[in-house]
Amino acid sequence: MIEERFAEGQSVIHRTDPALRVVAATVFSFSAALIDSVAALLLALLFAVVLALAARLPVRPLCKRLAAAGSLLLLVWLVIPLTYAGEPLLSWGPLAASREGVRLCLVITLKTISILMTFTALVATMHLATLGHTLHRLGVPPKLVQLLLLAYRYSFVIAHEYQRLLRAAKMRNFRPTTRLHTYKTYAYLVGMLFVRASERARRVHLAMKCRGFNGRFHCLVSYAATPWNPVLGAAVLLVSAGLVAIHWLGWG
Amino acid sequence: MHISEGYLSASVLISGGALAAAGTAIGLKRLDYDQIAQAGILASAFFVASLVHVPIGPANVHLIMNGLLGLLLGWAAFPVILAALLLQAVFFQYGGITTLGVNTVIMAAPAVAVYFLFGRWIGRPGWVGMAAAFCGGAGAIVLAAIVMAASLFFTDEQFLSLAVTAVAIHVPILIIEGVITLFCVGFLKKVKPELLPHAFADKQTSRGVA
Repeated sequence: MIEERFAEGQSVIHRTDPALRVVAATVFSFSAALIDSVAALLLALLFAVVLALAARLPVRPLCKRLAAAGSLLLLVWLVIPLTYAGEPLLSWGPLAASREGVRLCLVITLKTISILMTFTALVATMHLATLGHTLHRLGVPPKLVQLLLLAYRYSFVIAHEYQRLLRAAKMRNFRPTTRLHTYKTYAYLVGMLFVRASERARRVHLAMKCRGFNGRFHCLVSYAATPWNPVLGAAVLLVSAGLVAIHWLGWG
Repeated sequence: MHISEGYLSASVLISGGALAAAGTAIGLKRLDYDQIAQAGILASAFFVASLVHVPIGPANVHLIMNGLLGLLLGWAAFPVILAALLLQAVFFQYGGITTLGVNTVIMAAPAVAVYFLFGRWIGRPGWVGMAAAFCGGAGAIVLAAIVMAASLFFTDEQFLSLAVTAVAIHVPILIIEGVITLFCVGFLKKVKPELLPHAFADKQTSRGVA
């Protein structure tokens, strides 16, 4: 049900300092999100592809993930060109696709793909536990980090719990259809999930107290300084600055 | 329910981020360290519930359940939803860094709103309690769709058609969410009323405990 597809790996990106990766992904994402020049976004897409190659992301799962964003993009391509005001580019009878509308769709598509691909290459290549510790190092409030780490740790357990409940229901001949009975069953399943989550939280909390938990999860993995750290940092900064520069100079 | 990367303007992204940060700060303040385990594991339950697909005619939709979470947690829904969205981003790359704030507001602000609007009625027996639970579940979706449409509209007024389409898609979802929240609250009232703060307080008062 849940898996971290990209977290395991031996690529350069996987070995780079996670804090650097999180900051780099943030800087790049915001630079790409805030510009709307097609030339700059093509550069952003190219950079995202380079990062994905450097992280040696498996192609098929990556495409699947990008396709998930595609359904909304499809809606955009269907709606925006026809409704956006501007000079017509193509027209069929009463329908006309405006030049500005098509350009906007292209901009959105490039942004979505390059930002998501960069995020996958830089952030999804670490386990969420690592991300939690990294966020702590970067100054995110400890309560939020603890909440995130516990949510991560127990999401697998709760997913398993849900599959057990569903299997038990199926054994009793539960077949999902569009009927009130189905919704009632799912409501009780979800209700039971919350009940079990809360019961487990009580036990986990007591167990943590017994072991003298003092509000800090320790991280056992350390990242040696590799020559790739400054290379990645510099590359991301340069490209982000380049994107903003192209946007402000008004090319494309 | 979320907006993907690359759609929204700078001002919308930044205001979304600021509002999410404020809401999360309030939520974290209301949680003390002894409640973090509860909040964290309820965040995993909320995350798993969002993977549950229910059939609707030939298609199926996934549950959202932000209304139920709001009724259970009040302000703490903000950090819990933020954590669940981060899980979704890292596991499935639904959304990324720039839209995290806006998406947290889209889901969590309605959750907090239904807590204050309908929370105190769900403890009532009979029709009133059931109607409040339905309105909590359906209302959270309506409000979330409105916030989502607003963030598209404030990005570009010509996104109106897209925003309207996005809201229209949510009409069947709000009915399903309302019905499921109704049954779910009924179930929790019987099985574990202490999860529902308002309902539990009512029960205690009527017994003369509190």
